[in-house]
Amino acid sequence: MSEIITANRLIDGVVVFQELAGGWSEDFARAAIYEEKSATQAGLATAKQAELADLIVEPYAILVELRNGHYAPKALREAIRATGPTIRLDLGKQAQGLAPIAAIKPHAEKPHVSL
Amino acid sequence: MYRYDEFDAAFVHARVDQFRDQVARRISGELTEEQFRPHRLMNGLYLQLHAYMLRIAVPYGTLSSKQLRKLAEIARKFDRGYGHFTTRQNLQFNWPALKDIPDILAELASVEMHAIQTSGNCIRNVTADHFAGAAADEIADPRPYAEIMRQWSSLHPEFSFLPRKFKIAVNGGPHDRAAIQAHDIGLQVVRNERGEIGFAVYVGGGLGRTPMIGHKIREFLPEGELLAYIDAILRVYNLEGRRDNKYKARIKILVHEKGAEGARAEVEAEYAAHDRQGLTLPAEEIARINAYFALPTLATRSAVSERVERRRGKDAKFAAFLASNISAHKLPGHAIVTISLKPIGGVPGDASADQMDAVADLAEEYSSDELRVSHEQNLVLPHVALDDLPAVYDRLASVGLATANAGQISDIIACPGLDYCALATARSIPIAQRISEHFGETKRASEIGPLKIKISGCINACGHHHIGHIGILGLERAGEETYQITLGGSGDERASIGQITGPGFSSENVVDAVETIVATYMNRRDGAAEDFLSTYRRVGMAPFKEALYERSAGSDI
Repeated sequence: MSEIITANRLIDGVVVFQELAGGWSEDFARAAIYEEKSATQAGLATAKQAELADLIVEPYAILVELRNGHYAPKALREAIRATGPTIRLDLGKQAQGLAPIAAIKPHAEKPHVSL
Repeated sequence: MYRYDEFDAAFVHARVDQFRDQVARRISGELTEEQFRPHRLMNGLYLQLHAYMLRIAVPYGTLSSKQLRKLAEIARKFDRGYGHFTTRQNLQFNWPALKDIPDILAELASVEMHAIQTSGNCIRNVTADHFAGAAADEIADPRPYAEIMRQWSSLHPEFSFLPRKFKIAVNGGPHDRAAIQAHDIGLQVVRNERGEIGFAVYVGGGLGRTPMIGHKIREFLPEGELLAYIDAILRVYNLEGRRDNKYKARIKILVHEKGAEGARAEVEAEYAAHDRQGLTLPAEEIARINAYFALPTLATRSAVSERVERRRGKDAKFAAFLASNISAHKLPGHAIVTISLKPIGGVPGDASADQMDAVADLAEEYSSDELRVSHEQNLVLPHVALDDLPAVYDRLASVGLATANAGQISDIIACPGLDYCALATARSIPIAQRISEHFGETKRASEIGPLKIKISGCINACGHHHIGHIGILGLERAGEETYQITLGGSGDERASIGQITGPGFSSENVVDAVETIVATYMNRRDGAAEDFLSTYRRVGMAPFKEALYERSAGSDI
């Protein structure tokens, strides 16, 4: 079970991820991966300090998993949050090259059937 | 249009200053998030999936050109160049920074707008029929009453911390375009046998996880008693509405538990028990507010425009636009134009800053500077001369806003869903896009006729799925998006809650399921004049259920 810690930056609401050194990055790839629950708890404790220092809001841990050699959020909600709206690829982290790789399956479509 | 008086202006500007101070104190660390959250919510500021979201009130859906241009300017300067019109006639920006919010609110105040009471357990922005002040069938313009309620309810000390949020809608004509029976209080403007204006009062409607149709508790409430009677309803609710369970806190639960008769008796008893003279509306005050909403001076014109008829005959696309997006105006020679914010395959309700500017220009040039926002996430030019329709159509087409689909299958309501919303359980916009692309702007789509598809990405039902002729509710099951379908819902004067077809459909199969439902309707309808809802009410669920689950391989049982 691998986890990372995420939050929103207070000043502008941007989604950020906790780095290994305890700082915060907009880039999912820089997120510290916690393999043990105790490590997650320690990371959250650090995050609470950052919240008190008014850098970030609402920190919480999310599950991540390895897909084709890359970590990606397990839940669709978190994958979208780490990537950007799936209907506007020009917005959010995906537009800045800061999203996890292949985190979201394309919204399932069948080949077009003419009427 | 209503213009702020000195009190309104001072109040809104003071509120901007107050929030500027609160934001500064939050950023400096003087306020914690827990302390700050209620303040930001009272100013319409949410923290969503990707960023903050600012919900701006468009009171009773009425906008001027200047206001829409200001929204476009804010979209460019502070956001990502677009805005999202919502099912409550509001506008949401999805990417503002906290540090910029005070400046955004100051910009809004400069055009008499704000974000007050667009969140929180208070009386929210009062909504109204989007053809208000223009519709041929209108009994009276609902907006003066909505404005009176706005003034009365703004920062109302007794009703700012209700058990839960409270939504009021007013409709001005016999055809309910404001979904009043799906609101906490629904007001239908009526005239009595003496020709006096009043309201039929509905209470206890609502959607969300426990959908209910409102009950009529007064056949005729004289207009002068509007505030006094609503005050009595809110008193009963404020005292007895549940505060121990947020899922049972809306007035619909209270009304349901008491029964319609019990609720009526209690409201009437409260109404009779206290002297509410101070809340009685003097006729001159109603007249004063009414004057702000007077019909603009429009030239007398022929009921038929030769210019329009010539173009209709030779331009099929223009003819299709006339058939679907034009509604009858109260004055001959004029029309109401619905600007669909549902381009085929587009995001329902989204408009770019450039499109907002283009629509503002059109309103200024052709619609007496007036606009409406509909709860169906479209824009409306309420006062267009028939002779101007070709020019308006061409200008709309040049900015991608001439889709001829108002009221049709691709005119879909969809909440932001999991693409933006922190509460959502599934995406709704991509489903709307795929259904829209499937049916397109085709001859078949217009042959299908009036059909309202409404999609929500969670049980909170911002996409009004319960009152969609076809409703789609996105849920999450075992990590996958799944979509439950309801049929037979309606938000008009014959309101009803849709019935669930059966097990839900995967994202992959949900569009096929809608196609199966539509094909079943087309096979079963009693001629082209029988719309989807009428057919459903005549034949019932059985043929649809059979087609979906017994004959089709598309279901996911």
